[in-house]
Amino acid sequence: MIPPVLSAINAGKIYPGGIEALRNANLTIAPGEFVCLIGASGCGKSTLLRMIAGFETVTSGQIIVRGKEVTGPGPDRGMVFQDYGLFPWLTIRKNIAFGPIARGKSKAEAMATADRFVSMMGLDRFADSYPHQLSGGMKQRVAIGRVLANDARMALMDEPFGALDAMTRERLQEELLTIWRATGLSVVFVTHSLEEAIYLADRVVVMSPGPGRIVAEERITLERPRDVSSPQFNDIRRHLAALLHADHAREAA
Amino acid sequence: MSEAVETLPLERAPARIDATPLLRIVVPVVLLMGWWAETALHPGGLIPAPSEVGVALWDLAFGGINDDAFSQMLLPDLIASASRVYGAFVLAAAVALPLGMLIGRLRLVREMLEPTLQVLRPVPVTAWLPLSMIMFGIGPKSAFFLVALGSFFPILLNTIFAVRSVEPRLFEAAQMLGVSPARLFPKVVLPASLPGMFTGLRLGLGLAWVVIVVGEMTGVQTGLGAMIMDARQLSRTEIVIAGMAVIGVAGFLSDYAVLMLGRKLLAWSPQHG
Ligand SMILES: Nc1ncnc2c1ncn2[C@@H]1O[C@H](COP(=O)(O)OP(=O)(O)OP(=O)(O)O)[C@@H](O)[C@H]1O
Ligand SMILES: [Mg+2]
Repeated sequence: MIPPVLSAINAGKIYPGGIEALRNANLTIAPGEFVCLIGASGCGKSTLLRMIAGFETVTSGQIIVRGKEVTGPGPDRGMVFQDYGLFPWLTIRKNIAFGPIARGKSKAEAMATADRFVSMMGLDRFADSYPHQLSGGMKQRVAIGRVLANDARMALMDEPFGALDAMTRERLQEELLTIWRATGLSVVFVTHSLEEAIYLADRVVVMSPGPGRIVAEERITLERPRDVSSPQFNDIRRHLAALLHADHAREAA
Repeated sequence: MSEAVETLPLERAPARIDATPLLRIVVPVVLLMGWWAETALHPGGLIPAPSEVGVALWDLAFGGINDDAFSQMLLPDLIASASRVYGAFVLAAAVALPLGMLIGRLRLVREMLEPTLQVLRPVPVTAWLPLSMIMFGIGPKSAFFLVALGSFFPILLNTIFAVRSVEPRLFEAAQMLGVSPARLFPKVVLPASLPGMFTGLRLGLGLAWVVIVVGEMTGVQTGLGAMIMDARQLSRTEIVIAGMAVIGVAGFLSDYAVLMLGRKLLAWSPQHG
């Protein structure tokens, strides 16, 4: 068996204020796997993602990435934020070159890499623009491009398309899948949209709040490109919705 | 790509007839006419007519009219004041920028210095005048000190605020791209806080032009403040007003130059670009 790129073993998080954001989360991700986390607000999706990224410490259990326990952020795990997090003082090209330069590549090499990913993300026209001159969809392309340009093995995406309009969102989903197929990247993708999760993922992980925990996993074996209006797609959606709602019902009781 | 880009410089709207220059001169013209009317109605009053001030200004600049102690003194006095303004401003910036960064980023330094600074800040520069004359003697050194003090606080406070209000997200972004914690300062804090520091520098320089006149009014031989003071003692009100006009224009041009510099250097910032 191929060793997983990521395993969370009984990972838990209690924030300093005493809020238990996550309890006993167990999750393994195979190389090249696309996993979506879904669940009600406050169920610890971001917390889990940020612990994998190394932005939050684990207060119980462990998170292991390619054999090593996570102790802090690192360029092997690239993060894509909902609010982009681009450097406003750098042009698009230089935003993408930022990672390679930070890791000690020569300026020339970093710029060549950046140019490659500028083209790959369809950003040629904006290479010398600044982030504030771009639309949300374009900014998110830059954010994905800089993670790819930095040779990340794993992309951690926290509702990356949550602030975009439906059209842009669909197009970026498509592009993300193309890139994912081409690069063999492992992806952990947080979303509030069941449809988005089923459309994208190899596996959907359902979480539930109070305290946050993983309650179910569903492997999606539908052939890509997936047809969101197909009966099979709807069956899975109904099934997962029931899991999510069962949980709400329990909460209300 | 069908997505809209709102503000690419290439895609500006075609030029329309622009009424703003007209809008900008309305108030000065009205003020000037009011002033002129006032002096025309009360000839021989204490306030000189605009034309007298114009003549005084010409004589200050080029001489050949009055040929008195003020003739042709405009340039030397302007240079004296401007060199104090810029000298003191550079000194203030050289202290306030690094100090502000330290206070903003290091808790220890902040706890140690902030209370003192908060108490010193409300003391107006003019209140320092007597003390500065004792410390630095009567003369240009004292004026220099006051100007430096006046521009110090806006630079310092804006720098502290700028380095403290860097978006936490940017630290995360830099770290996940491979920036070590020690390199966060040059890679993130410094560039992110440039617009805030720039605002501080602009305010500081503006205040330097305000303070210089006060500083030069006591026992300094040269400079625009000294010129105004001398003219006042001789009841040469037209020279007082001419001096005021020169200070206004000099301060304005100085600010404009800084503003243009900021536009160039901070083109990336929506507030400055
Ligand atoms: N830095 C923090 N300090 C204290 N509590 C926090 C912190 N971050 C999150 N929490 C709490 O932990 C719980 C889980 O939050 P988290 O952000 O992981 O949820 P989420 O599933 O991402 O929610 P959403 O769908 O709204 O983004 C919530 O109760 C939240 O209030
Ligand atoms: Mg979240």
